[in-house]
Amino acid sequence: MLLMDSSKKISFNRCIRDGDLVIIYERHDTMKAVKVCENSVLQNRFGIFKHSDWIGKPFGSKVFSNKGGFVYILAPTPELWTLVLSHRTQILYIADISFVVMYLEVVPGCLVLESGTGSGSLTTSLARAVAPTGHVYTFDFHEQRAASAREDFERTGISNLVTVGVRDIQSEGFPDEFSGLADSVFLDLPQPWLAIPSARNMLKQDGTLCSFSPCIEQVQRSCETLRSDFTDIRTFEILLRMYELREWKIDHSKFEDGSSIAYPPCKRRQPSSEVSVGENTSSPAVVARPSAETRGHTGYLTFARRKCDS
Amino acid sequence: MSESKPESGPVINPRVTCEGCSVLLDINDGDRLVFARLSAGSTLKIGNKTYSLQPLIGCPFGSLFQVESGKEKPYLSRFVPPTEENNVQDEGGSQLQEESRDNRAIIDNNQAQTLTGEDIDAMRRQGATGNEIVEALIANSATFDKKTQFSQEKYRLKKQKKYAPRVLLRRPFCRSICEAYFKKYPARIGFLRVDALSLLLSMANVTANSDALVVDMVGGLVTGAVAERLGGTGSVCSTYLGGTPYPIEIIRMFNFSDEICKRILRCSFNDLCSVQIETGEQVSQHEDDCTMESQSNEKTSLSIGTEDVHLSSNNGDTDLVPENKLSSSSKTCKAPKAGEKAPKEAIQSWKENGFSSLIIAAPEQDAWGLVKDFLPLLTYSAPFAIYHQYLQPLATCMHNLQLEKMAIGLQISEPWLREYQVLPSRTHPCMQMSGTGGYILSGTRMHTNISQP
Repeated sequence: MLLMDSSKKISFNRCIRDGDLVIIYERHDTMKAVKVCENSVLQNRFGIFKHSDWIGKPFGSKVFSNKGGFVYILAPTPELWTLVLSHRTQILYIADISFVVMYLEVVPGCLVLESGTGSGSLTTSLARAVAPTGHVYTFDFHEQRAASAREDFERTGISNLVTVGVRDIQSEGFPDEFSGLADSVFLDLPQPWLAIPSARNMLKQDGTLCSFSPCIEQVQRSCETLRSDFTDIRTFEILLRMYELREWKIDHSKFEDGSSIAYPPCKRRQPSSEVSVGENTSSPAVVARPSAETRGHTGYLTFARRKCDS
Repeated sequence: MSESKPESGPVINPRVTCEGCSVLLDINDGDRLVFARLSAGSTLKIGNKTYSLQPLIGCPFGSLFQVESGKEKPYLSRFVPPTEENNVQDEGGSQLQEESRDNRAIIDNNQAQTLTGEDIDAMRRQGATGNEIVEALIANSATFDKKTQFSQEKYRLKKQKKYAPRVLLRRPFCRSICEAYFKKYPARIGFLRVDALSLLLSMANVTANSDALVVDMVGGLVTGAVAERLGGTGSVCSTYLGGTPYPIEIIRMFNFSDEICKRILRCSFNDLCSVQIETGEQVSQHEDDCTMESQSNEKTSLSIGTEDVHLSSNNGDTDLVPENKLSSSSKTCKAPKAGEKAPKEAIQSWKENGFSSLIIAAPEQDAWGLVKDFLPLLTYSAPFAIYHQYLQPLATCMHNLQLEKMAIGLQISEPWLREYQVLPSRTHPCMQMSGTGGYILSGTRMHTNISQP
C-alpha cells in the first residue's frame, strides 16, 4: 500500500511507475489488481490496454484501449484490496473490518496477534493501523494458505509489518514469546474458546480481544470462557446498507380543472387531451432508496478486555 | 515465524494514569460516563457524595474502584473483583434446568424489605461496607428466596450499584470518547455513531504518513480520531470556511503526546487556496494584507488551550468536558499544543502534493457545497468519505459528483449496528438499539484527462 512508505506515497507529482501495483477499475463491481510491467498488456471486454501507456500518468487516470474502451487506474488501498483479492476462504468485509480496528483500539505501534489468517483481508487493514512501528503476527494452520498470504503481503508491500506463521492456535495456543506483549488479539476460529486461555496470557492488562463467529452457539461458549479473565464483554453485529440513486423528473402538468399529476420516471405517458400544454414544468430531483439486495449476516463480533490483576 | 524478538513500538498512549492526564470514568458498568482530568484536587460526585480522584493517579487503566467507608468519609478504593463472583454465575448456569420458581406469587407492594433507610444509615455509621449492606438487604427481603435465579442476580446487582457503586478507570480512546458522547450528548457530535466513525477512517484510508484534510463540525471528534490513527506521523489539517475555526475541543480528551499534537493543524480554506502561486516572501506580504482575517484566526487558535474550558463550563456540562478546575492546574500539567495554525511550509507542501485523505463531517451543512470546494485539494486517486445525518444532501452531492465526473467508486452507505446480551439461556439482541448512525458517501477522486489519445 503506497501511503505507508513515505517515499512512494501518492501525490499530485507521483505518477504510475513500472512495478507499481495498481487497481484496474472497470465498473463499481468489477476490479482487479495488476502489477504494472513495461511490456505487458491487459486484456478485457473493453479491448487491449498497453501497460506502457499508463507509465507516467497520474493515478486516478482514465486510460483507453485499442478499441476506444476505457478503465480507471487507482492506487491500492486496503479497502480496494479486500474487493480484489483472491478468496481462499470466506473473508471479512469493510463494515466488520472497520469496526474491529476501532473497537480493538489498534493504533500505530501496537502489537496485534491474529488467527486464522485466511485470505488476509483483515490482516491488511490491521497492518495499516499499526504502521509504521507496530507489527501483526498472524497464524493459520493451513500451510498453503499461509504461503499465499505471505505472497499477497509482498505484493501489496506490507510484508515488513506482517509475519505469517503456520500454527494450530486452537490446540497449541499462541507462541510463548509473545506473553504479556500483545495489545490486541483477533480470533476467527471455529472453536475460539480453545484459544481464549492462551489469548489471556498474550495480552497486556486492559488489552483488547475480538472473536468473530458466524454462529450464536459459538458466541455463547466464547462468552462463558471469557468471563473468568476478561471484562467489558460485548457482542455486536454490524451491516452496511447501500443506497442507489435515481434522477426523478417530476412533470408538473396541470389538468384543466387545476389538479396536477406527478409522473414517475419509468412511465412514459402521452400527454392526454385534458392536459394544458402551456403549463408544463419539470423539475429534476434526485431520489435515493436502499438497494433491494443486501447482506443479512456475516458474523457476531465479541469484544472483551483483559482484566487487571495487579 | 519471526527470528527476532517482537518489539512493541514507542508508547503512544501509556497504560498507566499520571497526574494531569485525561480519563474516562465508567460508573456502575456503563450506567454513567464521566470525563475527568486527574489531579490532586479533582473530584467525582456519585449520588449525593463527593469522592476525591487522587487514589486513581498512578493506577493502570482498567482498574476497578469501589466506594469504601473511611475513617473520615467514604473514599474510592482500588479492588480486584474475586473470581468467586463469576463462579456463582457458572453454578447458576448448571442449575438452570432445575429452576422451578416463577413470580406468580410475588406481589409488588413495596413491603418485602424490612430494613429501613435509617437502619441502613446506622449500619454505615458503624462502618459496614457496601457489600455488607447489600447482603443485609437480601437477608431482610421476604421475597428474595421466592425469586428465580435470574431475578435474584438482578436484585443483587441493583442493590450493589446503589450501595456499593463501582468506578472503572478507562483510557480515553477514540472508541470510548465517541461512545460516551453518542450516549450523552449525541447532538454535539452530529449523531456520529462509533461504527460510522470507524467507517470514515477506513474509507478515507487514514494511516501513518497520511496528509488528511478534515472538515470537522462535530466538536473535534473526527480530527482526534484521525490524529490517533496517524500516531505522530503525517498531518491532519482541520479546515474551515470563513474566518472562524470550528471548535474542536474534544481533541484535548485524547491524552495525545506532543508528537501527535503538533501534527494537528488548522488552516482556513482561503489560506489553503491562496498560497497557490505565491513564493515564501509574497506569502507573508499577502498575510499582512489580510490583517483582519488572519488576526482573528490566530486569536481563536491560540486561545484554544484556555478559553475552551470556560466556554464548555458555561454550558453547564461539567460531566463530559475536563472539569473547570483545570484552569488553575493547567500551569502545572502539560498544555497540549494541538490545533496550531498551520505553518507556511505545511500549506505549501499540501498545495504541491495534495492531501491523501478527505473526511467531511458537517452534519448540518450542504454536502455538495463543501465537496465542491475541498475535493480539488485532494490528490488524484485519493479516497474521501463524507458523513451526514440526512440522506438527501448526500444523494444530491453524489449526483453532482457523477455529473461533473469528479469521482468514481461512489457509494452511499448506512451502517447498522446491533448489540447482543449473551448470558446462559438468556441470549438475545439488546432491548434498546440506536436507530441511526448517519449516512456516508464515499468515493475516490478521479484525474480528468484534458487530452485523449
